[in-house]
Amino acid sequence: MVGVKDSQPAEIQNRQYKLLVDRVKPRPTLARNVFWAFVVGGSICLVGQFISVFFSSLGLNLEETGAATASTLVFLAAVLTGLGYYDEITKLGGAGGIVPITGFANAMVSPAMEYKTEGLVMGVGAKLFTVAGPVLVYGIVAAWLVGLIYYLVL
Amino acid sequence: MTASKKIGQQTIAFSNPPVIVSTATVVGPEEGSGPLAAFFDKILDDDRYGEKTWEKSERRMLEDTMKMCLQKGGVQETDVDYMLAGDLLNQIVSANYTAKVLGIPFLGLYGACSTMYESMALGAMLIDGGFAEYVLVGTGSHYATAERQFRLPVEQGAQRTLTAQRTVTGTGAMLLASQGEGPRITHATVGKVIDLGQSDPMYMGAAMAPAAADTLTTHLKDIAGEPSAYDLIITGDLGVYGKKLTLELTKQKGMDIKDNYTDCGILIYSPDQDTHAGGSGCGCSAVVTCGQIFRQLQAGKLKRVLGIGTGALLSPLTTGQGESIPGIAHAVAMETA
Repeated sequence: MVGVKDSQPAEIQNRQYKLLVDRVKPRPTLARNVFWAFVVGGSICLVGQFISVFFSSLGLNLEETGAATASTLVFLAAVLTGLGYYDEITKLGGAGGIVPITGFANAMVSPAMEYKTEGLVMGVGAKLFTVAGPVLVYGIVAAWLVGLIYYLVL
Repeated sequence: MTASKKIGQQTIAFSNPPVIVSTATVVGPEEGSGPLAAFFDKILDDDRYGEKTWEKSERRMLEDTMKMCLQKGGVQETDVDYMLAGDLLNQIVSANYTAKVLGIPFLGLYGACSTMYESMALGAMLIDGGFAEYVLVGTGSHYATAERQFRLPVEQGAQRTLTAQRTVTGTGAMLLASQGEGPRITHATVGKVIDLGQSDPMYMGAAMAPAAADTLTTHLKDIAGEPSAYDLIITGDLGVYGKKLTLELTKQKGMDIKDNYTDCGILIYSPDQDTHAGGSGCGCSAVVTCGQIFRQLQAGKLKRVLGIGTGALLSPLTTGQGESIPGIAHAVAMETA
């Protein structure tokens, strides 16, 4: 039994209360989440594979096939976001829906839709990167660091 | 000299308890397909409500609710002495724009999700103090406007934690008068801001439960009553886990409320609506109080109800800067003859 008493100093009250809060907090349904992340993420990759096989059958080389596949997936994710389905996919799949390139498309299209009401400049223009911005910034910084290490070590 | 209408630490006992003449509610489709559907006056098919922006939708809902409430009470705008309202948006714009349309002398309030009860308590004080004959109070929230202000774009995919709650799309209004037919507001306990260091905006039940427990135990001490003095004790939007915490905290203060206690956030959605911990937002306690509770008081199914509006006093700024979330809770006792 965790006691939170008014007579205790604030710090102790806070610590005692935190114990109680953590005890009441439900455990995340980890096994279920991992399973659906695998199914959703895997399905997106499978669709990507089909698209990739299709483009290479048209005679595109490896690089061109990669680019065409990525843009097709981005397009599909943008359409699904616009129709209001992509958030449902991610709700089920978690990281399985966020990590693939389709998740990035969703992170770009949803603020564009959301902030359209504030105009094209100060709305869409200024807020387009609210969700994807951090990913880009730290992705690029990480790339610099890796490049620097590569230059110095190798 | 002590204040003549005050009892105990924080409670007001009204000498001529103001009457709740009428209420009105408008809710969105998700709330309208929940278990309380039968208690709402108007259920929207589309939560955009034919407007260009979500903010306008919320505003129009509040406006319609206020007008409907006056109409049901048989009172004109010009007869109302004050309108007290607030909402969750920056600078309480929904309430401000509604007041512009109605043209009633207006006092804007912000108590986060406790705004319904804050406005009821103040409205009752204005009437019992002899400053008003009629006071119109109300508030509301909208899922889409709250998501955009406090969280992510609506269509952004994300997996929410199990302790997260869904902001209720709904507006509630109440017309208070010095006399007339209807349930009466007998007591009000104005709460203190309490912060036990919780800082997770996806677990707001935990941030608000200490305030709810404090206001509740203070109220019962002030009126020298037992929890059984009420048929129902109901908090605003603590959700499933906030309710558990409130039960635990009140038990530690020596009061057992488990027999007659529940939370608006739990009642408004059914578990299969998959909202995780339940409903939240100004609209949550507003539509449940102005809908189910008012009607059951009117019908005599409930005799005495203690409603406790709960608010998490955070902003995206304080959350971003890693501050803890202070909570507040105001209690209002309603009684039917």
